[in-house]
Amino acid sequence: MTPTARRPTKQPKSFQENQIRNDFVIRIGGDTAIGGVISTGENFTAAAARLGFHVFTFRSYPSEIKGGHAWFQVRIANRPVLSLGDGIDVLIAFDQEAYENHRKNLNEGAVLIYDSDLVHAEDGSFIHYAAPFQRIARQELDFVRGTNVLVLGLMAGLFGLPVNSLEELVRRRYKRRAELVEKNLQALAYGYEYTKQIRKEDQYYLGTSDHIQRLVMSGNDAITAGALHAGCRFFAGYPITPASDILESMARELPKLGGICLQSEDEMAALGSCIGASYGGVKAMTATSGPGFSLMTELMGLSSMTEIPVVLVDAQRSGPSTGLPTKLEQSDLFHALYGGHGDFPRIVIAPASVEDCLSRTVHAFNLAEKYQMPVILLSDQSLSHRTQTIEMPEPQHMKVVGRLQPSDGHDGEGYARYALTDTGVSPAGIPGVFLHPYVAPGLEHDEHGHPNLSAEVHEAMTEKRFRKLASVAKETDTPEWAPRYGHPRAEIGIIGWGATEGSIREAVERALERGYKVAAIHPRILNPLPETQLRQFIASVRRVLVPEVNYQGQFAHHLAAQLGVQPIRLNKIGGVPFTPGEILQKIEEVMSHA
Amino acid sequence: MPSRPATATSAPVRTQVAPKEELSLTAKDFRGEVKPVWCPGCGDFGVLSATAKALAALQVMPHQVVIVSGIGCSSRLPYFMSTYGVHGVHGRAIPIATGLKMARPDLTVFAMGGDGDLMSIGAGHLPHACARNIDITCVLMDNQVYGLTKGHGSPTSPMGHKSKSTPYGMIAKAANPVLVALSYGASFVARGYSARPNELANLIVEGVRHQGFSFIQVHSPCTEFFNTYDHYDSLVEELPERWRRTDLPAAINLALTEEKVHLGVFYQEERPVYEVEARQFEPEAQPFDLLSYLQRFS
Repeated sequence: MTPTARRPTKQPKSFQENQIRNDFVIRIGGDTAIGGVISTGENFTAAAARLGFHVFTFRSYPSEIKGGHAWFQVRIANRPVLSLGDGIDVLIAFDQEAYENHRKNLNEGAVLIYDSDLVHAEDGSFIHYAAPFQRIARQELDFVRGTNVLVLGLMAGLFGLPVNSLEELVRRRYKRRAELVEKNLQALAYGYEYTKQIRKEDQYYLGTSDHIQRLVMSGNDAITAGALHAGCRFFAGYPITPASDILESMARELPKLGGICLQSEDEMAALGSCIGASYGGVKAMTATSGPGFSLMTELMGLSSMTEIPVVLVDAQRSGPSTGLPTKLEQSDLFHALYGGHGDFPRIVIAPASVEDCLSRTVHAFNLAEKYQMPVILLSDQSLSHRTQTIEMPEPQHMKVVGRLQPSDGHDGEGYARYALTDTGVSPAGIPGVFLHPYVAPGLEHDEHGHPNLSAEVHEAMTEKRFRKLASVAKETDTPEWAPRYGHPRAEIGIIGWGATEGSIREAVERALERGYKVAAIHPRILNPLPETQLRQFIASVRRVLVPEVNYQGQFAHHLAAQLGVQPIRLNKIGGVPFTPGEILQKIEEVMSHA
Repeated sequence: MPSRPATATSAPVRTQVAPKEELSLTAKDFRGEVKPVWCPGCGDFGVLSATAKALAALQVMPHQVVIVSGIGCSSRLPYFMSTYGVHGVHGRAIPIATGLKMARPDLTVFAMGGDGDLMSIGAGHLPHACARNIDITCVLMDNQVYGLTKGHGSPTSPMGHKSKSTPYGMIAKAANPVLVALSYGASFVARGYSARPNELANLIVEGVRHQGFSFIQVHSPCTEFFNTYDHYDSLVEELPERWRRTDLPAAINLALTEEKVHLGVFYQEERPVYEVEARQFEPEAQPFDLLSYLQRFS
C-alpha cells in the first residue's frame, strides 16, 4: 500500500533541517469507542517528556462513558511550555468527526494525519499524510487493535522521537501480557518504518533535548502530592468529575501512611467527616466540583464558626446545575468568596499551574492549621486534568506548619478555647490529648465555647474570627503570593487568577516583543486579597484588563468591590481555556483604543 | 499563652490512660458547667443523666469522650457534659462522628440527635454508618416532634398527629427507627426510655462496649408539644423472656409487629469494624517522603 502525502496548494519547501519548528501542538481526535485516542497522545507525551522535552497537555472528553468525541492535545518544545498554545499544528483524525470538528483550529502550514479509508479530507491548504491505517493493521499485522500504536510509530518517525523511547513504554504497559507486547511492538515498528516511504513536507521536528529529569503530572496529582507532604492523613470525598482522581490517589496512598480515605455517601458527609477528623487533630481534606461544593456550603460555615481547619478543593467545571460536567470554567469564584449564610471568614487560594498545585496545597494546609478556618483551593478542569512538565520541587522550601495547641504544662486553669486574642487565633486543645474538654459550638459562644447569643458576644466573636483574616493578609500580601511580570511602566495591566496564567504570560511575552507596554499580576490568594500588591499594580498602569473563564466577570466584580477599580473584562465560556492569541488580540484591541 | 511546638504531621497522638485504680469517676464528673436549657420534665434530662451514669460506669476519662450532635433541643446535650463535643450542623452528627472516630479510634465517640436530625434531614447517613460498622454509639432522642421549632410534625410522629405544620393530621406513616436500623444492618440495636434512666444507662454502657455501630432509640417525650409520658408508661415492657439478641429475623419480626414498646437490646452481632479494617491493608504506617513519592511522575 502506498502512502499519500499531499502537498498544500501553496507549495511549502520540503523538510529542511535549518527551518525546524520545535515548539508545536499536536491534537488527536476521535470517538472514544475507537479506543486509543487519548492513550496515543499520552504515550507520545510520556516518551517525549522522558527525553527532557517540555510538555503541556489538555484533554476534552465526552461525559458519556462509551462513545462520543474525545480529543487530546499536547504542546511539545525543548524549552518550558506555559500554555496549550494557539491552534493546531498537527491534527491526527481518527474519524471524520475529528477532522470536521478541529479543521477550523488548524494553523497555517498544519499537518493532517488521517486514515484514508475513514476520513475524507478535501482541504488543500494543509499537508496531508494519509494511509489506510486500520486496514494495514488488520491485513499486514492481523492486529486491528494495534491501529493506534501504529499511528504512534508514525508520529515518532515523522516528528523525530526515537522509537526506542516508545518501545520501552509499550513493554511497560503490557508487561503482564507477553503476547500483546510483541504485537504492539510490531505495530509500532511498522508505523515507524512506514514514515521512510513518506516524503516529509512539514517543518515540525523535535530536535534535541537536554535529557534532564523532570516531572510530568496533572494538577490533581500535584494537589494529592502536596496534601500528603503537608501531613494530610484523612481524606473524604464523593466521586465527581473532575475531582475524582484525587479521591482515587488518596484511597491508594493514605492507607500506606497510616491515614484513612473515606468514600463518603454524599458531599455533606465528606466535609462533615473532614471536620470531625480535624477536630481530632488529624489534617483533613476533601475534593469536589461545583455541585458538591454547593452541598458543602453549610458545613463550610461550621468549620469557620467552630474554628476547625479544613482544606476543600473545588475543581471547577462549567455550571450551573449539572452544566457541562467535563468542561472547565472559573465560575465558582463567587461561591468560594461569598457562599454560605452568615458572616464568616474563609481563605481562597487559586493555584495557577501544576507546579502551583503542589506548593499551594502545602500552603493551604499551613494557613488552615495556623488560622483555624476553611481553606478553599480553587482549581478547574483544565488544571485538574492537564499534565505539564515541572521541575523537581525542593521540599526544604515547603515547610509544614501545625496547629497552635495549649502547652503541655497547661493545667486548664482559665483555659478558654475561643480566647479573644490580637491575632484572632486561640490555642486549640485536641480531644484525648488535652485534658480540658470543650465543645466546638455551631452556636455563637463565649470564650469557653459556651452558647451565648448576646449582641456583645456575637460582635466580639465575629471580630475575633475576622481578625484572623487580617492576620493571614499580613502573611500573604506579598509579591510571592501575587507575582508581577512584564513591562515596569506598563500601559495595560492584566490581572488574572487561576489556571489562565500560562496563556496570559505568553500573551504578555508576545505583546512585549511587539512593543506593547504590558504587565500582569497573578495573585494566588483571592481571599484575603493581596491588597497592597494589587493597589500598587493598578496605580502603576493606565488600563486594567481582567481575563477569566466565566460569564459574569466574577473576579473583575470582586476587584471592583474591594479596590474600586473598573477593569476591562475579557470573558470566555464554552469549556476550552484561553489561548495566548485570544488574550494578545484583546491587548491589541485595548491598545488601539488607548 | 505558651504554645506547644507544632508537629509536622498530625497523626493521632496516643493518649496515656491513667491506671485503673486512680480512676473513680462518678456521674457528676461528667456533668458540665452549662445549665440545661430544656423545659421542665423534658425527656432529654433522663438521657443526659443516663449518659453521665454510663460514662461513670465505663470509667472513661472525660477528655477521651467526644459527643457529636446535630441541631434541635436534644442536640444541646454536649454543652451540658464535661466531655469534648461538637454541636454541629442539622443532620450531620453521624458524618462528623464518623470522621472523628476514623481519624482517632482511641476516642469514645457518640453521635446524638433527635428524630428530626437522625430520621429526617440526616437519615441518609444512617444506612452507611450501619453498613460500615464504624464504632460509634448513636443515640436517637426521639420525641416524635420538632421541639425546637415549636412542635412541627416529624418522621416519627404517628399518622394523624396534628401539629402546626400538619393541622389536618400527619399523612405519612411514622418511621420505625428500630426496624430501620435492623434492616440497614446495624450491629447493635436497642431501645430505651428516658423515664427509666438506669436501664438506659445500662444500654449506653453496652452500646459503648459493643465494637461497631450501636444504635439506641430512646423515647424521650416532649412535655411542651407532644407529651407521651402516659402513653409510654403504659406500653413499655422488657423484651420477651429468654430473648436471643443474635436472632436478626426475630428482632425484625418483633420490631414489625410489637404492640407493646419493648425496651432492651433487640439485636447484637460481632462484625469487623471499619476503622480497624481500614488499617489492616498496611499495618505498618510509612513516613511520607515527597521526592520518592514523585519518582512515579518522572
